[in-house]
Amino acid sequence: MATTGLATRRRRLSKIERKEALAAYLCLSPWAIGFIVFLVVPIGMAAYAAFTHWTIINPPPRWIGIQNFVEMFTKDRYFLWSLGITLKYMAMTLIPGLVISLILALFLNAKLKGMNFFRTVFYVPAVVSGVAVTILWISLLDPQAGAVNTMLRQLGVQNPPNWVGSSKWALPSVAIMSLWGVGGGAIIYLSGLQNIPPHLYEAAWIDGASRWQQFWRITLPLLSPTIFFNLITGLIGAFQVFTPAYIMGGASRWGTSRYLRFYLLHVYLKAFQEGRLGYAAALAWVLTILSALVVLIVYRSTEQLVYYEETGERGG
Amino acid sequence: MATEVAHSERQRVLHKPRFFERKSVRDAISALLVYGFLVTFGILVMMPMSWMISAALKAPGQPVFTVPPSWLPTSFHVENFWTVLTNPSYPLWRPAWNTIRLVVVNIIGVIFSNTLVGYAFARLRFPGKEAIFKLVVLTMLLPGVVLLIPSFLLYNALGWYGTYLPLWVTSFFGAPFYIFITRQYMRSFPRDLDDAARIDGCSYLGTYWRIILPLSKPVITVMAIFTFQGVWNDFSGPLIYLNDSAKFTLAIALNYFRQSRFSSSGVNTTNMVMAAALLSTIPMLILYFSSQKLLIGGIASVGLKG
Repeated sequence: MATTGLATRRRRLSKIERKEALAAYLCLSPWAIGFIVFLVVPIGMAAYAAFTHWTIINPPPRWIGIQNFVEMFTKDRYFLWSLGITLKYMAMTLIPGLVISLILALFLNAKLKGMNFFRTVFYVPAVVSGVAVTILWISLLDPQAGAVNTMLRQLGVQNPPNWVGSSKWALPSVAIMSLWGVGGGAIIYLSGLQNIPPHLYEAAWIDGASRWQQFWRITLPLLSPTIFFNLITGLIGAFQVFTPAYIMGGASRWGTSRYLRFYLLHVYLKAFQEGRLGYAAALAWVLTILSALVVLIVYRSTEQLVYYEETGERGG
Repeated sequence: MATEVAHSERQRVLHKPRFFERKSVRDAISALLVYGFLVTFGILVMMPMSWMISAALKAPGQPVFTVPPSWLPTSFHVENFWTVLTNPSYPLWRPAWNTIRLVVVNIIGVIFSNTLVGYAFARLRFPGKEAIFKLVVLTMLLPGVVLLIPSFLLYNALGWYGTYLPLWVTSFFGAPFYIFITRQYMRSFPRDLDDAARIDGCSYLGTYWRIILPLSKPVITVMAIFTFQGVWNDFSGPLIYLNDSAKFTLAIALNYFRQSRFSSSGVNTTNMVMAAALLSTIPMLILYFSSQKLLIGGIASVGLKG
């Protein structure tokens, strides 16, 4: 009697479970379809395309083995060049951006009146990113009449740089524009700062720790996950700069400036200007693998430095 | 410990501090330093924006580049915006309208797909849940570059080149990051809610529609804002897939507008370009100011905690 009751209960339960699983799979179906159609299939195509001669004009792809990858190092004069441009840009923006936005966040974290106003002000550049901002900076950096050079001349600089149109200052122009948006990073730091429990500072204060010591011993360690987050997103973002490179590069005198030929722009031009889709796919793979490697190296080398507070919950 | 504190406190009272050692004075000085830094830096950050505004508001013939540069608007030719939107050679209202339509469709797609998938991961039990969720997180790490060329091959094969389809269809199939944040958010509701709904005879989809979805408004708003921002600013997508200038979105139309200025009669129209650029940022600014608290709080609470 008792056993049959239990058995029917278990059977009914499993029926409910089955219904629940069915509902779940129904809910998951958009993702599952998208995963296969828009991710697995294209990635498969990309893996194949990288080893083919595949052009827009002459569609049937022809298998050419690793020739695309060989060409990068032998014939493509912009492969290493564009990689170099991307790395130089990283050097100019990554660490300075991290430091400036951290300092800004520390100031914005002060318990004073009007801080919300300043937070809003500094976040505005991050909100209006994109084409409009790039166009604005092209005007500001106009060598003859731009506001920046006009000011530099007033300050007594005899020959202010040519900015976007020059070989030396084109890349710093993009970097300056990107640093203008440091407020975005600062806001993320700010949320990290506000998660630091205040009793730690009180304890440190009672123990007689100076502001400087508090910063190095409490703020920085507890903020390290946020710094790490900003570092990784910054790295990935720097590998994929496109819009400013395309627009500013096109704004220079010689069509697309080679001094602004970022890696992704190189991929784009190979694919959609020269129509060499197979080769561009190979280039895209190199960028993907390279950025994954860099992120992995950074992750491994900073693992010791990042402090994760025990939250009691796994997978935090 | 307590006595020590009391002792030092007494010491402090006994030894009358000099002017610069007084707590109130030191606080005032540090406040002054903070404000000084923020005001200086804030002016520096706002200068480009204010230059754009003052340039956009100048009369068409008036020189935009002046010595010294005019950081504050001196004239208010608001009709510039109207000219930019309706000028007969390249009216910008059309790309603006195109972009708005794309934004709306994308937002609908993002909300529909991601809340549904997030609901399954957060509230339902099914075999393979952990493994599938790991797969979702894994795809989040995949950079968009890998898909640049093959997506083009796929859409081209489907005959989608030159249409809007590549720019919105994928939004109806879920995005890993949005799935992740919706799941995180939906997990925070008590389980009793689902059970109560079940007892009252609500189906699983009914529970999703009547209980979970209304409770998820904050995360839905965050997703809608991110989508708005993403679609509004998207440059490479429309650049690759749209070939007809009547279909252009605002982002590429802006660049087109700027370039066509150089070929035109040589009239100085920088202020028109600035008016167009400013116009294109206004929706973003309105969105930001109206949802600022939610957005900043949302990024912090939804995005970073795992």
